[in-house]
Amino acid sequence: MTFIQLQNVSVEFPVFNPPSRSLKNRVLSIATGGRIERKSDRLVIVSSLDDVSLTLREGDRVGLVGHNGSGKTTLLQVLSGIYSPTRGEAIINGTCTSLINISLGIDPDVTGYENIRLRAAMMGMSPREISAKLEEIAEFTGLGDFLDMPFRIYSSGMQLRLAFATSTAVRPEILIMDEWLSTGDEDFRERANQRMTELVDSTKILVLASHERNLLTNNCNRVIWLDHGKVRMDSSPEEVLPAYFGSA
Amino acid sequence: MTSEAISLNPPRSETIRAMNKSGVRVALADIIESFIKWRVAFIFGWQDIAQRYRRSRLGAFWLTLSMLVFIGAIGSVFGALFRASMAEFLPYLCASIITWNFLSTTLNEGCNTFVGSQGIILQVRMPLFMHVIRMMWRNMIILAHNIIIFPLVVLVVGGSIEWTAILAIPGLVLLCLNLSWMSLGFALICTRFRDMTQVVANLLQVMFYFTPVMWMTKTLPDHVSSLMYQLNPLYHLIQLIRAPLLGQNPDALSWIVALGTAVAGWAWALVFFGKYRWRVAYWI
Repeated sequence: MTFIQLQNVSVEFPVFNPPSRSLKNRVLSIATGGRIERKSDRLVIVSSLDDVSLTLREGDRVGLVGHNGSGKTTLLQVLSGIYSPTRGEAIINGTCTSLINISLGIDPDVTGYENIRLRAAMMGMSPREISAKLEEIAEFTGLGDFLDMPFRIYSSGMQLRLAFATSTAVRPEILIMDEWLSTGDEDFRERANQRMTELVDSTKILVLASHERNLLTNNCNRVIWLDHGKVRMDSSPEEVLPAYFGSA
Repeated sequence: MTSEAISLNPPRSETIRAMNKSGVRVALADIIESFIKWRVAFIFGWQDIAQRYRRSRLGAFWLTLSMLVFIGAIGSVFGALFRASMAEFLPYLCASIITWNFLSTTLNEGCNTFVGSQGIILQVRMPLFMHVIRMMWRNMIILAHNIIIFPLVVLVVGGSIEWTAILAIPGLVLLCLNLSWMSLGFALICTRFRDMTQVVANLLQVMFYFTPVMWMTKTLPDHVSSLMYQLNPLYHLIQLIRAPLLGQNPDALSWIVALGTAVAGWAWALVFFGKYRWRVAYWI
């Protein structure tokens, strides 16, 4: 049974070298970002998530919206198990992959094949799994003989293709994404989108943070609107999206 | 567990949270998971070395070569200063410097283990001790490249390697056990207090002179007590590798000290790591 449960989760970051707290800073901090509070003279705390409770179950396709600094990324990191909440509890049951930086682990100096292995290892694939998927990934990149060349000589589009093909070869139970991955030229983009859809369909829980309304409408059956670290709305896309983006 | 179960039984969810976030169990779970995923640590530890020496002809053997040059130069200067016989001093210095180099680089890099792996820690959920294994593995690869020099030096001065050299292997295991808890502790402390990295580097530099690495214990003048090195755990750790290589049996005291610090150190590290593991992502 795959599920994620957050109960009264708060995430507060300590800032160890706080800038001088002038009135100007105080005024500016109201405009964007989380709440900044001062615990003592030395320690400044930035509160990024504030008392968030939610339960995600199998079949949930969750879209996450909110302005910059509303805590979207922090929430994604809590959901992927990177941050343990400072208060409250987070139970994450299921294998979880976050596609946030799809190039993590890549070494520009080794060949494309080597990099597929490196990137796959970083994603937590076992050597057997990697060997089984290597050919399929290689084929999907469409890079052919270039896969025997060092990664650094690739064009940036080719580099992205490799990172994308490898990163989307996983089949986690929980998938976490910050914006949709789309990449490459017209032809590749179409195949990439198809592959993304396959991946998303195969996962039990999807969490997708995005600023794109169409994307959320097409992929999500539930939208959570974060505002200053709190859940402002948590409902169907039909209800939340017009409220957040405006009904136009 | 469903949300109902938790709302019905709040005390239990409280204990789950406590168990999940901190405690010795968390530390143990992290370390066990790191060993299950050892391949990741080994792949990227190897990659660290490969990356450094790629496209150079000698590759990682630059490590060997520069160590050889260093030992040759230091050996001739200090051998003359100490009026030591080269046949005795050079193998001693070689075994010393190579072991010390492993020890001090591991501890220095230990301080930066979490800070340096920031990118990974904040993007992928992985056991944190894995980063320590990666760092230790990287330094063991370097050690393997350096240790080649030892038989060469012994050969050049016309000595021989005794069977006792095999004892260096359990010695190395004990040394690694000690270095791993120290690295884990330093990694935690230095992530929170960045200045500690410099303090550790500084202390190690001082310890290099206090510990019999370049100098031999028998050259100490009579009025200096042997306590000066007997009280130094680093001396015993080094002795466990150096003495067997030089054909001597390490003192029982060295084994006892190394074993004692390993057990006590790990006990402390488990508690400490268990307590602060979850904070690491915040401190980075």
